[in-house]
Amino acid sequence: MRPLTEEETKTMFEKLSKYIGENIKLLVDRPDGVYCFRLHHDRVYYMSEKILKLATNFSRDKLMSVGTCFGKFTKTKKFRLHITALDFLAPYAKGFGVAAKSTQECRRVDPMSIVVFHQADVGEFIRNEETLT
Amino acid sequence: MGRKLDPSKKLKKGPGKKTRKQQGAETELAKFITDGNYPFPSQKFLFWRFSKTRCQHWFTDENSKWLKPSKRKRKIDEQESEDDSDEHWEEEDDDEEEEEEEKVVEKKGGKDQQKKGVKGVKKEADDDEGDDDDEGDDDDEGDDDDDDEGDDDDDMLLPIERAAKKEKKQKKSKAPDSDEDDDDEEDEEDEDDDEEEEEQESDADMDEEDELKTNIDEEDKFRLPKPEEGLLPLDLKAIYQRIKDNIDLLCNFSTKREEGKDRADYISLLKKDLCTYYKVCFLPCMVLVCFFWVCLYVFSLNPDLKEFMDANEIHRPVTIRTNTLKTRRRDLAQALINRGVNLDPLGKWSKVGLVIYDSSVPIGATPEYLAGHYMLQGASSFLPVMALSPQEGELVLDMSSAPGGKTTYIAQLMRNTGVIVANDANAERLKSVVGNIHRLGVTNTVVCNYDGREFPKVMGGFDRVLVLILVSFCPSKELILSAIDSVNADSPSGGYLVYCTCSITVEENEWVVDYALKKRNVKLVPTGLDFGKEGFTNFKKFRFHPTLRLTRRFYSHSHNMDGFFVAKLKKFSNIIPTAPPGNGKSFSATEAPEEKRSKSDKTKKTVLNKAGGLKQENKANGTAVRKKAIINSKGKKELHTGPKKAKVAKMDGETVKGTEAKKATDDGKASKAVTKEGSRFEKKQATKRKTPMKAKNRMGKNKFNKLKHMLQKQ
Repeated sequence: MRPLTEEETKTMFEKLSKYIGENIKLLVDRPDGVYCFRLHHDRVYYMSEKILKLATNFSRDKLMSVGTCFGKFTKTKKFRLHITALDFLAPYAKGFGVAAKSTQECRRVDPMSIVVFHQADVGEFIRNEETLT
Repeated sequence: MGRKLDPSKKLKKGPGKKTRKQQGAETELAKFITDGNYPFPSQKFLFWRFSKTRCQHWFTDENSKWLKPSKRKRKIDEQESEDDSDEHWEEEDDDEEEEEEEKVVEKKGGKDQQKKGVKGVKKEADDDEGDDDDEGDDDDEGDDDDDDEGDDDDDMLLPIERAAKKEKKQKKSKAPDSDEDDDDEEDEEDEDDDEEEEEQESDADMDEEDELKTNIDEEDKFRLPKPEEGLLPLDLKAIYQRIKDNIDLLCNFSTKREEGKDRADYISLLKKDLCTYYKVCFLPCMVLVCFFWVCLYVFSLNPDLKEFMDANEIHRPVTIRTNTLKTRRRDLAQALINRGVNLDPLGKWSKVGLVIYDSSVPIGATPEYLAGHYMLQGASSFLPVMALSPQEGELVLDMSSAPGGKTTYIAQLMRNTGVIVANDANAERLKSVVGNIHRLGVTNTVVCNYDGREFPKVMGGFDRVLVLILVSFCPSKELILSAIDSVNADSPSGGYLVYCTCSITVEENEWVVDYALKKRNVKLVPTGLDFGKEGFTNFKKFRFHPTLRLTRRFYSHSHNMDGFFVAKLKKFSNIIPTAPPGNGKSFSATEAPEEKRSKSDKTKKTVLNKAGGLKQENKANGTAVRKKAIINSKGKKELHTGPKKAKVAKMDGETVKGTEAKKATDDGKASKAVTKEGSRFEKKQATKRKTPMKAKNRMGKNKFNKLKHMLQKQ
């Protein structure tokens, strides 16, 4: 388990800000304690410092999860957000979708429709249980 | 509603459920003799014959009209209920009452009666005659055709039957028919004592329950099939009936026994029958023996045998637990009802449980489920967490957390404060833990994948620890000791350990807890669960600490949840004793000429450990090791053998090693590594563990040698 590098932090915060804007600082400075992000096996975990101290007792290969997993970094170092982060994003959500259009679809669609890019959904708790860890 | 519903079974109102069971040959026989027009009795002996002719149906509740319990004069404590139960019984004919006295006589000759019944029916089938005198001839015919069980017995019983008939006719008091007593003497005679104890206890209990007494009295004398007859597999019903009779007899061994027959014979027959009956239903053979003995004890107190066995075959209803971090039970119930789910609160004992009877939507895929509003969880899984009752801000360890139901329940009780360490030895199943934790919005958990026995090393000082033993053959003794070592006794709000199993066998439950009581500074405290049956303090050859009564057992048939056992322990000292409690100082190597014998089993594990350690240190031969052990021994009382005691004393403090190395029956890795040099000692230790008395004898031997060596040294 290690802290995030500058690059990784930047990538991740960019992604998060698409959902919650500048409220990211509210995630870190919470009234009930200081929370932090840590990287473990390419996954980003969000935890309070209390848990952080205890988690250092466990060896790296035996540790499966700490606190809440927000998402993971892919092999190409892009950050993919998981459904498990929903509980933390929801209170601060601004809009909740990233609009993307592919050229072909846009042709067929009427001007007023919104095309949403699928990021995550609740069903992933069951469908992707294996990949949550 | 959630219970099994069997409309075909009409429960007779009256003394109790047992009235709908087989009533006994006396009633049948009486009918046969008096009326001459008989339906067949439900005797298993007849079954074979009648199944051939297809005119035989097994005893069912439909037969209850003509199969009546007969009033019998009870032998022992059961006389009180007799009067009460008699009132409840239906008595159609006065003739039956007249027959009762005769039946009493006949009952004593259970075999005879059954034989009579057999013969009577056969006669009926053959000749439609009810004369007793003709039974002899017909009996021969019938015997030939009859069940293998009955053949030889019929021949044997002919003279007895005739004698019984004479008695019956003369209405004399029964003659003590030795043949009638079919009792298998167990190989372990202690069991007889235990059975009797249990019977006495059960008799006391049965005084309160009228139906129990009447039912037991009415039971026919159960007769063993001859060995040469073989165990012809009958219909399942026949086997089931035989099982019931057998167990009833064993529960009332002294009253129903047949002379000359050992308990072991009955037990072996019962085992075979149970295997046959339940091989359809997956009764694992390994657990059979343990399960069997628990059955006996359970049935002696509550002879709803049919309910118990049937309950074990049927799945418990689906239950869910409300996630109070996200919703409330009534809101959840409302939302689910709106989706078309039929549910009810789980019981008075739970504020978050709901039981699902049926549902038009898949319960594991509703939007509420995906939003983390509830968790699918067996009712028995609620119990350990309720017993643990974690407080906010505590440090809790869940040693076997998969699939995560208990961990999330702990988290919701702690309101996401404190820290929970969710551990499981199986990495695959840990994924479901992680998934459930995230789904239910638990944020204070660390999930790791260790073997439970590693725990005090990896991390200790927990306020509360929860251990759940799922599989029968996991090293429960080592696990419980590791769990105890992980608890911080000085915790301001805690210091508790909850040990629970999904099993009803004594070897995995009370025995392990008793072991822990001897090995560590822990004591049993009330679980906080006010329902459930108390744990055993005596069972077969076991004698446990009296506080084992504070543990709780749950059975499928009486609590409508899977079989379960819960024990709550409080640790009152962090010191790990190698001596009996009271000598809590850490061991230091002091010289002592002799080592005292110990009666407790406490140091077995440390003995083994010590042996290993010493061997590692000193590669000398056995005697040398022994000498060293002698010198280093502290002369503690509890140690079994001299040299081993010393080794134990020396290895004090190395508890982790001890936990790993202690179990002889467990994985032999640690012990193997240790025992190479001292296999002799290991074997001795292993054998010694079984009976302290034998160990004592051996110790005497060693003691002598030890002294000899010492003297030689000096």
